[in-house]
Amino acid sequence: MKVLVPVKRVIDYNVKVRVKADNTGVDLANVKMSMNPFDEIAVEEAIRLKEAGKAEEIVAVSIGVKQAQETLRTALAMGADRAILIEAADDVGTDIEPLAVAKLLKAVIDEEQPGLVLCGKQAIDNDMNATGQMLAALLGWSQATFASKLEIEDGSAKVTREVDGGLQVIKVKMPAIVSVDLRLNEPRYASLPNIMKAKKKPLDTKTPADYGVDVSPRLAVLKVEEPPARKAGVKVGSVAELVEKLKNEAGVI
Amino acid sequence: MQTSAPDDHDDLREALRALCAEFPAEYHRRHGAEDSYPEEFITALTDAGWLAAMIPEEYGGSGLGLTEASIVMEEINRSGGNAGHCHGQMYNMGTLLRHGSDEQKRRYLPKIATGELRLQSMAVTEPTTGTDTTKLKTTAVKKGDRYVVNGQKVWISRIQHSDLMILLARTTPLSEVKRKSEGLSIFLVELDQAIGKGMDVKPIPNMVGHETNELFFDDLELPSETLIGEEGKGFRYILDGLNAERTLIAAECIGDGYWFIDKATAYAKEREVFGRPIGQNQGVQFPLARAYAGVEAANLMRFEACRRFDAMQHCGAQANMAKMLAAEASWEAANACLQTFGGFGFAEEYDVERKFRETRLYQVAPISTNLILSYIAEHILGMPRSF
Repeated sequence: MKVLVPVKRVIDYNVKVRVKADNTGVDLANVKMSMNPFDEIAVEEAIRLKEAGKAEEIVAVSIGVKQAQETLRTALAMGADRAILIEAADDVGTDIEPLAVAKLLKAVIDEEQPGLVLCGKQAIDNDMNATGQMLAALLGWSQATFASKLEIEDGSAKVTREVDGGLQVIKVKMPAIVSVDLRLNEPRYASLPNIMKAKKKPLDTKTPADYGVDVSPRLAVLKVEEPPARKAGVKVGSVAELVEKLKNEAGVI
Repeated sequence: MQTSAPDDHDDLREALRALCAEFPAEYHRRHGAEDSYPEEFITALTDAGWLAAMIPEEYGGSGLGLTEASIVMEEINRSGGNAGHCHGQMYNMGTLLRHGSDEQKRRYLPKIATGELRLQSMAVTEPTTGTDTTKLKTTAVKKGDRYVVNGQKVWISRIQHSDLMILLARTTPLSEVKRKSEGLSIFLVELDQAIGKGMDVKPIPNMVGHETNELFFDDLELPSETLIGEEGKGFRYILDGLNAERTLIAAECIGDGYWFIDKATAYAKEREVFGRPIGQNQGVQFPLARAYAGVEAANLMRFEACRRFDAMQHCGAQANMAKMLAAEASWEAANACLQTFGGFGFAEEYDVERKFRETRLYQVAPISTNLILSYIAEHILGMPRSF
């Protein structure tokens, strides 16, 4: 089985995000960018499937600016076999919308015919949580979102999903789209020999035009603002005072 | 923090940082306080192939140069660790790689690459002959198919966590050679075959918890195949290793320097006194800005030394200057950082005092600043020899 893993280059999770002075977006100039952490979990899961003999080949795909190459090299250094970069933007500030990404991924999947797509449940930059679901709809494939456990069986996958209030176990027919959640695994860090090997692994570069997909935006961002600063709290002298304030001032009990 | 370092190795740095992040400040603090060896950290670095960076691919390494090896050292120190626990492996490797026989390389390199064997120790310095290396008194006398070693060494590090040691000894008496640099030879000693069998080890407790020792040789027998390269040419071989050592230590100081500046600027921005962050005062800003400029400048010399070493060009001057400049820059950064933290800098939980002690070492070891200045004055500027 071939596994396809889409990976996104996003602002690093350790970076303190700052809004641009003109409120048009987030400041990405000279900011550390990394692979979306949920996508890292997806890559790790694909590698584990390969190590367990359940997958033969892992193809990583990224859609975005040229520098997303680095993100793909990271996936290759972790253990993906080859990579496809679809250069869809020149400016790091351009975010390709989920529907366009899903259409491009569908086109790649039509060519590659993977048996499983493992993707992050959402990207930590815009938190859309939409691409995997849209892709499943476009392909007409089964989908299992928010996976915290994945077992591949004969022609199907048993997926434990993290849902509100607990865990839900479902069985989906393959081929399937599985979007992964935080607790599925802990991704490995790349070793030096694997980083060196990754430099020699194949990385194809394409454009949206190669797949006949229009990536022009359908949404307009009106304004991006920082959340209001948290106001200072008050100290209460006793439990009785706390209860009194919760009851009469906050009105929550 | 932005630096002027070339970004060609960012992929290596990022992977290293991810590994180092698994060993947070508390881990290094605990080993610093207990004077114990950070075994798990060194094992993780070995398992991920970092300490085999310079070993050729055919022997299981990654076949990279001193530039990349120095980045490994820099990132360890920059993450709050102390590369002194493992840098020996990198520069000793160069000696074995450049001057060892094919047989020696085949025998040792693959095992060093996997971590089965560690080559962390080098025995050159003696109690009565520090930098005056050619006067060293340890002798190795050939008897049949063996060399018999007698003498004493001091400040020999990481013996307790190494399997192999490079030993420099005199094989032809000083009185019988034309030049004093002739007649010295290097040997690759298997420590389990030596300790208690003619070689004794006495640890030296010290200020920075660095694992270092005195060694005593009393008729230690070494098989003749432990000789590296040709007999009598050891001094030249060791010089290569020393240039690598100095360049790697420069990189460690650079890592320390950035660590201090990162730590100090973060603190200065958040610590409020008189209703505003202390970093708003130029009295706090300027020492840190100056220290940053110093680290950045030293870093350029470090990369130049690496470039020359990797291109097999002369690099003695650059390696020494890089070590001197970087050690001074990291010390200035350390001082500025400690001053910024004020009293808190002396509390162990902020790690500043530990790194402060550790980085101070590098103006003394592996060669003191004065001797670098003498070297530059005599060999680069052509002034009369001062000693």
